[in-house]
Amino acid sequence: MNNKNNSHSISLFVNNKPGVLIRIALVFARRGYNIDSLVVSPSRDQHFSRMSITASGKAKILEQIIKQLNKLVDVLHATDHTGEIVVEKELALIKVECSIEQRTEILQISEHFKCQTVDISGNTLMLQVTGNSDKLDALHTIMAKYKILEMVRTGKIIMARGDAST
Amino acid sequence: MATKIRDGAQAIIDSLQQNDVEFIFGYPGGANMPIFDALLDSPIKLILVRHEQGASHMADGYARSTGKAGVVLVTSGPGATNTITGILTAQMDSVPLVVICGQTITPNLGLDAFQEADVSGISFPVVKHSYLIKNANDIPRIMKEAFYIAESGRPGPVLIDVPKDIAVTRFQPDYNIDMQIPGYTIPIHGDSARIAEAADMLNKAKKPVLLVGHGAIISDAGKAVKALAEQMQIPVTNTLLGKGAFSENHILSMGMLGMHGTAYANMAVLNCDLIMSIGSRWDDRILGKTDEFCKNAKKIHVDIDPAEFNKMIIPDCSILGDARLVIEELNTMAQPGDTNDWLAQIEKWKKKFPLKYLKKGGLKAQYVLDELNRLTKSDAIISTDVGQHQMWAAQFCKTTGRYNWLSSGGAGTMGFGFPAAIGAQLAHPDKLVVAVVGDGGFQMTSAELVTAVLNKLPIKILIINNKYLGMVRQWQALFFDNRYSGVDLAGNPDFVKLAEAYHAKGFRIKRNADVTRILTDAINYNEGPCIIEAEVEKEDNVFPMIPSGATYDSMVLERPRKKMDKPVGST
Repeated sequence: MNNKNNSHSISLFVNNKPGVLIRIALVFARRGYNIDSLVVSPSRDQHFSRMSITASGKAKILEQIIKQLNKLVDVLHATDHTGEIVVEKELALIKVECSIEQRTEILQISEHFKCQTVDISGNTLMLQVTGNSDKLDALHTIMAKYKILEMVRTGKIIMARGDAST
Repeated sequence: MATKIRDGAQAIIDSLQQNDVEFIFGYPGGANMPIFDALLDSPIKLILVRHEQGASHMADGYARSTGKAGVVLVTSGPGATNTITGILTAQMDSVPLVVICGQTITPNLGLDAFQEADVSGISFPVVKHSYLIKNANDIPRIMKEAFYIAESGRPGPVLIDVPKDIAVTRFQPDYNIDMQIPGYTIPIHGDSARIAEAADMLNKAKKPVLLVGHGAIISDAGKAVKALAEQMQIPVTNTLLGKGAFSENHILSMGMLGMHGTAYANMAVLNCDLIMSIGSRWDDRILGKTDEFCKNAKKIHVDIDPAEFNKMIIPDCSILGDARLVIEELNTMAQPGDTNDWLAQIEKWKKKFPLKYLKKGGLKAQYVLDELNRLTKSDAIISTDVGQHQMWAAQFCKTTGRYNWLSSGGAGTMGFGFPAAIGAQLAHPDKLVVAVVGDGGFQMTSAELVTAVLNKLPIKILIINNKYLGMVRQWQALFFDNRYSGVDLAGNPDFVKLAEAYHAKGFRIKRNADVTRILTDAINYNEGPCIIEAEVEKEDNVFPMIPSGATYDSMVLERPRKKMDKPVGST
């Protein structure tokens, strides 16, 4: 994730309807805010969806964006969780080029990251890793010294701890 | 409640009737024919326009002058996209509209069908909310939600896209269905602790100013504001859209502030120790240089839209709620203020720096408008376009009533004034309605002369004709070394003949000596619309002026001898 200092974690609870995502994306785009990751998923109630967005930019602009998001009729609430103690998780699949000679070395590293090995071929290895974004970034950095063929990250999902609601 | 079988179009019309809709401003086409058909069996009056932009501005004028949502009915594709300018205009100025658009049949959506456009998609950035109806059973609920969303809280336009197959689907509508808008809440009462804090700040202020905006008009806060101003003896200034929230003829009124506001209002704002905004959004026409605006004054911000807090200005005290209720509560805590010195200072400014214009020489727009104000006793509904004539009208036509000033502020839409006057005249058949327009803006929607004639609307269309796009020309003169580019409106029609071609009456004012007589004749002409073309001086400029993005102390009262710096603000 680039621009880590200005990175914000935003959760939204929205109507599960066509067009809602565009309305939300437009609010970010209008203020020149880039969305770094976006997760949309069904919530407990089928009428509503959860969105977790990470975006980077100035805090003052984000304050406006959150207010504008909350103004959307289809948004029940939008919250910036930056700086709050919340559970944040992300999953990544990383495919590295891996000769038979390198395999043990890479698997040793992956074990430290509690990765699951989800696919092995003669010259590739696919790892699944979950955790907070920093952990995924760290694995990415280490694996970069091998040849990363592909990487897919789900983007961050967020949930408030304890009795607090997300 | 069991109801009889209706089709989608009939259910839409039923819903409009349930919302007490009197007029639909519309234009037919293939995709909205079922709705036009259903309209024949309804008491709602169709105002057939000549261009859909006109329909949206008429609905806007109706809404601004009544507080009720104006309703537009257009067809798909270009019919709908022609309303987008009007929708933007309404959105920027918080005006309730319900815009119903025909759409191609649902199986054709996205297939580039004839006259298909993704209208709800196009509308997203310029509406308060929008709907694409996919199921006829949703019609009663969506119609109910649309009016509620458009009119409540901070009002705005709502667009409803109605595919033609939905409009002909027969079903049993349930008009008592509940709305389903859990994401929509409206703040009502302000937080009492915050209001007490504001009252304390006001009580301590020596040089306070009240700034009233459109929000004060929408929430009907006028009486409460008057009580506050009188009890605490606080001078009041208003935004362009706040004209009418507090009578501009009141002794405590300083008229409009900002870029072309009165010198005394701007001096008061520059020197105040507290400014309280009631339903204004600190627009950039008002702030000038944002960081320097009222730098040493306390700021209180009352607004129903939380997104306005900290947007332009970080207030010392913000109160979220309905302006009328907030000010009424504040009035219970306010003490009689001791502002005599402050008011005396403002009186001095009023005497020293009045709004003025040369009474000799060529015909001045300011004189025409000053005289219009006198002859109408500041009690006409005035609508305007955008530009020099708008600023002069704002300065010289004093607004005394809540619904007497209709002007496109945020969007600055040319072509707004005349169709808005049609909407207002329909809503207020017995009131004097004057559209003050420029020769440029009027030609953008002048086709609606037919609409005014057919409906026998006695609107006075006062064209301030300087044969230029005057405001742009003024900027080119002041900031671009007199290099006039694209502002000469040579080739204007003969507006009196244009009126006659539409079977309307035409008047022409050429000299100062004509003004009173011809304006009087026009005001007394009630057979239908009339055009009054005032051939004013070509190269006059609007002053006072705070250049865009500049500080209040850089206000100029007349054209400076030396060249002015290019403004740093946007427009």
